[in-house]
Amino acid sequence: MMPGPIDVLVIGGGATGAGLLRDLARRGLHCLLVEKSDMGAGTSGRYHGLLHSGARYVAKDPLAARECMMENRVLRRIAPGCIEDTAGYFVATPDDPDDYADAFLAACSASDVPAEEVPVAQLLQREPALNRAIRRAFRVPDAALEPWQLIHANLADARARGSAAWAYHRVVAIERLDGHLLSVNVVDVRTGSVTRLAVGFIVAAAGAWAGQIAALAGVDLAMSPGKGTMLIYDQRMTDTVINRCHQPGDGDIMVPLHTVAILGTTEIHVDDPDDYEITREEVAGLVAEGAKLFPDLPRMRILRAYAGVRPLYQETGTPTGDDGRAISRAHAVIDHGARDGVDNLVSIVGGKVTTYRLMAEQTANVVSRKLGVSEPCTTADDILPGQELGHTYWLGHRLAEHEQAGGGDADLVCECEFVTRSMLDGFLDANWPCSLDDVRRGTRLGMGPCQGGFCAFRVAGIVAERIANGDGTPAAEGGQDTAALVDQALTDFIRERFKGSRPIASGRQLQELWMVSGIYSGVLGIDSLPPAQPPHLEGEESSRDPR
Amino acid sequence: MTIADLVREAAAENVGLSANECLKCNVCNSVCPVARVTDRFPGPKYVGPQAQRFRLASGLSPQLPGLPVPLTPDDSVDYCSGCGFCTTACPAEVKIAEINNRARAAMRAGRRPRFRDWLLGQTDLTGRIGVAFAPIANWALQNRGLRRLAERTVGIHRNAPLPKLARRTFRSQWKADPGHVQGEEPGPDRAVVYFHGCAANYYEPNVAFAAIDVLRRNGFEVIVPPQVCCGLPLISNGLYADARKRARSNLGVLADYARRGYRIVGTSTSCTHTLKAEYREMLELDDDDARAVAEATWDICEFLLDLHDRGRLDTHFGRLDQDLPYHAPCQLRSHGIGLPALDLFALVPGLRAVDLDHDCCGIAGTYGLKNEKYDIAMAVGEPLFRKIRASGAEVAACDSETCRWQIARATATPTKHPVEILAAAYARATHGPDDAIS
Ligand SMILES: Cc1cc2nc3c(=O)[nH]c(=O)nc-3n(C[C@H](O)[C@H](O)[C@H](O)COP(=O)(O)OP(=O)(O)OC[C@H]3O[C@@H](n4cnc5c(N)ncnc54)[C@H](O)[C@@H]3O)c2cc1C
Ligand code: SF4
Ligand code: SF4
Repeated sequence: MMPGPIDVLVIGGGATGAGLLRDLARRGLHCLLVEKSDMGAGTSGRYHGLLHSGARYVAKDPLAARECMMENRVLRRIAPGCIEDTAGYFVATPDDPDDYADAFLAACSASDVPAEEVPVAQLLQREPALNRAIRRAFRVPDAALEPWQLIHANLADARARGSAAWAYHRVVAIERLDGHLLSVNVVDVRTGSVTRLAVGFIVAAAGAWAGQIAALAGVDLAMSPGKGTMLIYDQRMTDTVINRCHQPGDGDIMVPLHTVAILGTTEIHVDDPDDYEITREEVAGLVAEGAKLFPDLPRMRILRAYAGVRPLYQETGTPTGDDGRAISRAHAVIDHGARDGVDNLVSIVGGKVTTYRLMAEQTANVVSRKLGVSEPCTTADDILPGQELGHTYWLGHRLAEHEQAGGGDADLVCECEFVTRSMLDGFLDANWPCSLDDVRRGTRLGMGPCQGGFCAFRVAGIVAERIANGDGTPAAEGGQDTAALVDQALTDFIRERFKGSRPIASGRQLQELWMVSGIYSGVLGIDSLPPAQPPHLEGEESSRDPR
Repeated sequence: MTIADLVREAAAENVGLSANECLKCNVCNSVCPVARVTDRFPGPKYVGPQAQRFRLASGLSPQLPGLPVPLTPDDSVDYCSGCGFCTTACPAEVKIAEINNRARAAMRAGRRPRFRDWLLGQTDLTGRIGVAFAPIANWALQNRGLRRLAERTVGIHRNAPLPKLARRTFRSQWKADPGHVQGEEPGPDRAVVYFHGCAANYYEPNVAFAAIDVLRRNGFEVIVPPQVCCGLPLISNGLYADARKRARSNLGVLADYARRGYRIVGTSTSCTHTLKAEYREMLELDDDDARAVAEATWDICEFLLDLHDRGRLDTHFGRLDQDLPYHAPCQLRSHGIGLPALDLFALVPGLRAVDLDHDCCGIAGTYGLKNEKYDIAMAVGEPLFRKIRASGAEVAACDSETCRWQIARATATPTKHPVEILAAAYARATHGPDDAIS
């Protein structure tokens, strides 16, 4: 629990909320962040993984492009451990218009996005899987950005300064008296217990869900959530980010993120950010577009399809930042005092993970002004905790570290992603009690080609050991049978892994699933376990988790 | 399409991306002879498809300025012997051994090659110099003090099986041989092109002459065009650039014969497999020349058995009353042609050939010569050695030269190429006591 009064309650544990918590804490405010699921389980954990250079936006939204590049530089400095410096290329395929490529370099330089044309042959040598018919190629400072580590580093900095962040706490009610919000009810979704929090100020950093929070406060905020679908390929066919050089569209970016490559995206309006599906047409459309970049793509193995929901918002009028500077239409800080007569509520919507820090800064400026705080923003100055290694990460680092520690397969829990026993124990020590899905986000366990088939039973055994040793989960303390808990954790995890994989599985991935289901159903008899009610996980939450 | 054609076809597919296909079924781990005997090697699944996901798609090393990263993430891949069983066993057609080999090459590419690995790759050079000084060289190779010195300085194990050098190369002997084709070459239906490789040229000219006897007995003249080492020792020591030079030079000569319809026959299973598959797969020389040569290449026993299948093999073998323990080398299995030597032995009256049915003798080319791998190689081969010792046979047989040397050294049993056995059986038929015809 949180001692003392809460200056600011931040709702939403995505990149924006986490960045905001850090920013406010560094200005001396005492804050609490609540997140209804695991940290990063919203759009920030289901995005494409691209640290934008801004080049994608140079034609349509030069300001957004400029902001991306500015923040790209900042993140390389403050969070290098979350970044793989892959570099990116914009390539003109035979399907792309000449005039776009002709104007591209000038547009980049107008937005301060460093770009240079490179000989196509040189790029093809570096990326042999690319379409040989590519006509032009431009190099830009795109990179891959790992979201979960970034979020946790922001939260760690805030915690070190006396603020707190609660996962699995959903805001269910907001008490309002005239133009002022008094308190908030949050429910611990794992136990069902409700806490009433008296709050001084509220920021909704709830992304696509911002409309729902506003509604709890009796305010109308019309979000227009846009679903974007992505496909995860089980292995990288490119080591650099590859973009089509054209007006942004569907299926035109491939991002190598850790051991996988992600093709995206689509853009389809949905009414409810919690209720959408991924259709076969979408998947087929993505593959067809992607094949213009990588002709062998239809033969490559897709691990999963997943989707995120863009927190899109269209306000009438021109939104402005606190200093009156025009802010890009890519995101908006909404002061509900001026707009709706609620004096202690601000929403931050839209944007990108790339610009999360800037969005947090602009939001914190508004909040500070309203609270009479004069401390300046310092989030661009200091390196985030745990990010002090001084360089970006590289693809092979995990394998290399394992090898340096003696290597071998005896100590591997997850073989696909090289998660060792000691890595797993370290994570559990720091985060216990947690779900196997949390373990996955924290360590990448179960994210590889077998999708948990060969590690889930191992990690379940390790967790069982922990429970047997008296390290209780809330549910275990509530008197539940520990074996049943472990069974439940295992089935939840496996079903969840299968869910994202089954609808699109074909070829090898389908064979893999058959084999894994043979192991769990045939050998381990998982189907004969008594059906138990998930004691702590929101079914609908975990069901749409990405990777 | 024959099985061998399918192997050639498959060779053209992308090695690195084949890791995509892995089902994690562990079949490869269960067949790997190295993983079975040592903890230093984590097994094909680990170093192959799993580790491959942590290597750059370009096959290059990451270049991070100022960052002290190792050039490839995992040094343990170096303990793969390259025997290739994993690839043949994988139900998903992951090219595991090839992935490993590439990874090793990437690892080496960024470093200065170790002198020993460079030396072991230069079979042409060491063979040529060795033959020139054969008496001294052979003395030195057997001298315990010098071998100990070589172990310490070069890293070649003192007990490793190094073959005895011939006093004259096969090529120089062949020039003087009456069978040497002079003047106009006979057409492709009456002659074959012989690829002798380094082993027959520098160490075992007798194998080459046995092959020539057998071929001529079956109505084929033998053309021995200029050729260099096939490059396999370089490939397996990760020295691709040098290997490509050798390959280009061989292809330049052989492709022309292949296009004219000649078959290229070799006595070294590893050389013939290199011509058939490795040039395209490992060295990525996938052009018309490489394809033509791959299609025209035959292992000698494969060729002879094919003759027999078509009723064209002279089966008048004399009687050889003996036990013959036979080991099918790893490279032969990668050909995917079965065990043709055994079928041929069955044609020889009295010969009791026994398939020893053991996966690998351990040597795997130059692997078992290396100091740090010698014990592993011996442990891999031990069950095989035991069977041969127990058989009490006077002679054993095996198609691959380095395996023959390893087996002979470990069991003190002379070990012959199958074609030498066949040549002896033909000789018996001509001159021997059991010859009913002549
Ligand atoms: C398909 C797609 C691809 C994208 N690709 C990129 C990219 O490559 N690069 C890039 O920079 N940006 C990308 N973006 C944009 C970027 O992902 C989002 O703009 C960003 O993640 C939004 O972060 P956020 O923190 O504002 O929202 P979120 O990450 O969605 O966080 C909001 C959080 O609020 C929580 N919440 C909701 N309701 C409640 C409640 N009642 N109580 C408590 N908590 C609640 C949610 O669970 C959620 O975790 C992409 C977006 C999409 C959809
Ligand atoms: S045999 Fe093939 S599919 Fe099975 S684990 Fe090994 S590489 Fe993977
Ligand atoms: S090639 Fe042989 S030694 Fe290497 S991994 Fe495969 S089976 Fe093992």
